[in-house]
Amino acid sequence: MKQLLILSGKGGTGKTTIASAFIKLSSTKIYADCDVDAPNLHLIMAQNIDPKRTDYFGMPKAEIDADKCIECGLCKENCRFDAISDENGFMVDPYACEGCGVCEAVCPANAVSLKPAVAGELMLYADDNNVFSTAQLKMGSGTSGKLVTEVKKQMKTVASPDTKLAIIDGSPGIGCPVIASLSGVDMVLIVAEPSISGISDMERIIKTSETFRTKIGVCINKHDTNPANTEKIEEFCKEKGLPFTGRIPFDPEAVKAINNGQTIVDVDCPSGAAVKEVFSSTMKLLFKESDCAEA
Amino acid sequence: MKSKGVKIAILSGKGGTGKTLVSVNLASIAEKSVYIDCDVEEPNGHLFFKPENVREKTISVKTPVISESLCNGCRKCVDFCKFNALAFIKNKPYVFEEVCHSCGGCMLLCPEKAIGEQEKPIGKVQEGVSGNVSVHTGIMNTGEASGIPIIKSLLNESILDKEIPVFVDCPPGSACIVMESIKDADYCILVAEPTVFGVHNLNMVYDLVRLFNKPHGVVLNKCLDGENPVETFCTENSIPILGRIPFDNELGSLNSDAKIAARESNRFRALFASLLETVMKEVRHETTVNPQR
Amino acid sequence: MKIAIPVDEQNLESSVCPSFGRAPYFLFYNTDTKESYYLDNSAVASQGGAGIRAAQVVADHGVKALLTPRCGENAEEVLRKSEVQIYKSIPGTVQQNIDAFAAEQLILLSDFHPGFHGHEK
Repeated sequence: MKQLLILSGKGGTGKTTIASAFIKLSSTKIYADCDVDAPNLHLIMAQNIDPKRTDYFGMPKAEIDADKCIECGLCKENCRFDAISDENGFMVDPYACEGCGVCEAVCPANAVSLKPAVAGELMLYADDNNVFSTAQLKMGSGTSGKLVTEVKKQMKTVASPDTKLAIIDGSPGIGCPVIASLSGVDMVLIVAEPSISGISDMERIIKTSETFRTKIGVCINKHDTNPANTEKIEEFCKEKGLPFTGRIPFDPEAVKAINNGQTIVDVDCPSGAAVKEVFSSTMKLLFKESDCAEA
Repeated sequence: MKSKGVKIAILSGKGGTGKTLVSVNLASIAEKSVYIDCDVEEPNGHLFFKPENVREKTISVKTPVISESLCNGCRKCVDFCKFNALAFIKNKPYVFEEVCHSCGGCMLLCPEKAIGEQEKPIGKVQEGVSGNVSVHTGIMNTGEASGIPIIKSLLNESILDKEIPVFVDCPPGSACIVMESIKDADYCILVAEPTVFGVHNLNMVYDLVRLFNKPHGVVLNKCLDGENPVETFCTENSIPILGRIPFDNELGSLNSDAKIAARESNRFRALFASLLETVMKEVRHETTVNPQR
Repeated sequence: MKIAIPVDEQNLESSVCPSFGRAPYFLFYNTDTKESYYLDNSAVASQGGAGIRAAQVVADHGVKALLTPRCGENAEEVLRKSEVQIYKSIPGTVQQNIDAFAAEQLILLSDFHPGFHGHEK
């Protein structure tokens, strides 16, 4: 099974719009949304199904037993994350607590213990045909790469062994969840936006992706909003030897389609036509039998 | 009511909605202001401001250093570490810095006091000036997992001595880095775009600001004619709509070239001036009625 | 000598687990005595550094060789410094891999992937 991951660096470039189009075009039954902070793919791909939900436990959180607490303050003194307050007796702020266990270790009264904490929810939309794995991180939780890993694992475990292609919608940024989503994928498609911000963010995500030595392809969305910057990006790709898989115009019809819960290839529109080309170039690159990955 | 400047955080559940557009332009319109870019993974504000006289400070976290001579191989540190950052190899502990969370636990627990700490750079903070705006930017090094220490440093600076507003450009989403960014905010502006994704993600960040009891209002960006699902959401939940920025090709073009619309065009200067006035009225009203701790 | 293999199930017909750090179980097998035992992988529950912890467990059990399809850089470092050789497993069952190892048909693993940073914050 080949895994294609769609990333961008910058938010709002069109990852989910493109991922959903790719899923329709490839007729693949296996896909995942690794943007666990703000998952959106289910809004297009799974509006009417009830998923199987599993609690996701993040790092345990410290809890202070007020009855045992002797208010010596050692916990607060040693907490590196400012997670303990003493305004109303000693209490742990679960949003700041990183579950390191220092407070538990230093407490002379055994008043502190680490307890499992639900940090999100895994969701699996699976029927006879499709396997769609996604998750929602609980607000304020650590940006958890582990939940992303669970989303991918859930997808792989349930997918049938003769699946050819899995498509993974990624998250913005370059941090933990992005790094976790990058591991083990066969190719990353970077969706770039032709703005100065977009170019800056694209460069950072390319740098992050390069350490994983997977195939990288770049496409440009909303290219006609700034032709000069579009050219800059294509030049950049040429210089770095990064395959360029095409461009998609800005298209108000795309917004309408998405708002109606449809992909851009479900309606007749310019972006839909363009994404077909991008899809075909990307697939050619993904399935090309070459000694990929070696830097 | 504080006599210090108000701190306004600008956030959105979804990326690309216009946080930077709004925060950069509001900061520019104000007579004098501070702009802080907390989106340390992908900072963009500085691309618009092109600040001058930039001073830089490295941000580091502490990672353990083990003295081989003092270590007696008891393995307490390895067994304690919740992050698996220590391994015991050939009777010696070995540190894996990249998964270390700098909790200091191993150092505290070592019975031989054999563990010290060293600084590991994870990013930097840049401070410069662009006209009337003091620009503070946090930049995380690629490959690092968390930018929280950088955000902590950015927001710790003593910049609230004068009565000038501070605009905090937050990272997208609602995870812990966002929480860190809005911690001491007096008011939160939620930026939303008129799409189904927009509503869904606004909902998350709306829950976040309510959890933290932050007074808040919404700015609708990229408004087109027709039904706006976000507007419906705001009405249903009685969330004040501070302003509407139309979908506009000229605005998009300026933004795309990293130009500050309010500085380039009278039309947008007027638009953002009006937005700022509304925001400040709301902020003053809210903080008088619901004073923060 | 003692070898270790990350496995999906606790029997010799099991497939080798595609992940080392997050395999559900480890098989420890003595190639001389043909004795074996299984251990739950405590690293599975880890937020991060799973490979490091899994490698620690393997090293702690006095293993001389690990058979695995892939391995991370951090785990590799722990294993290498603990003098555990890492061989690339072949598709097939655990028994097939044990036999291939005994017949010296397995090659050393040479490609190690970077850390997943699968942890909070």
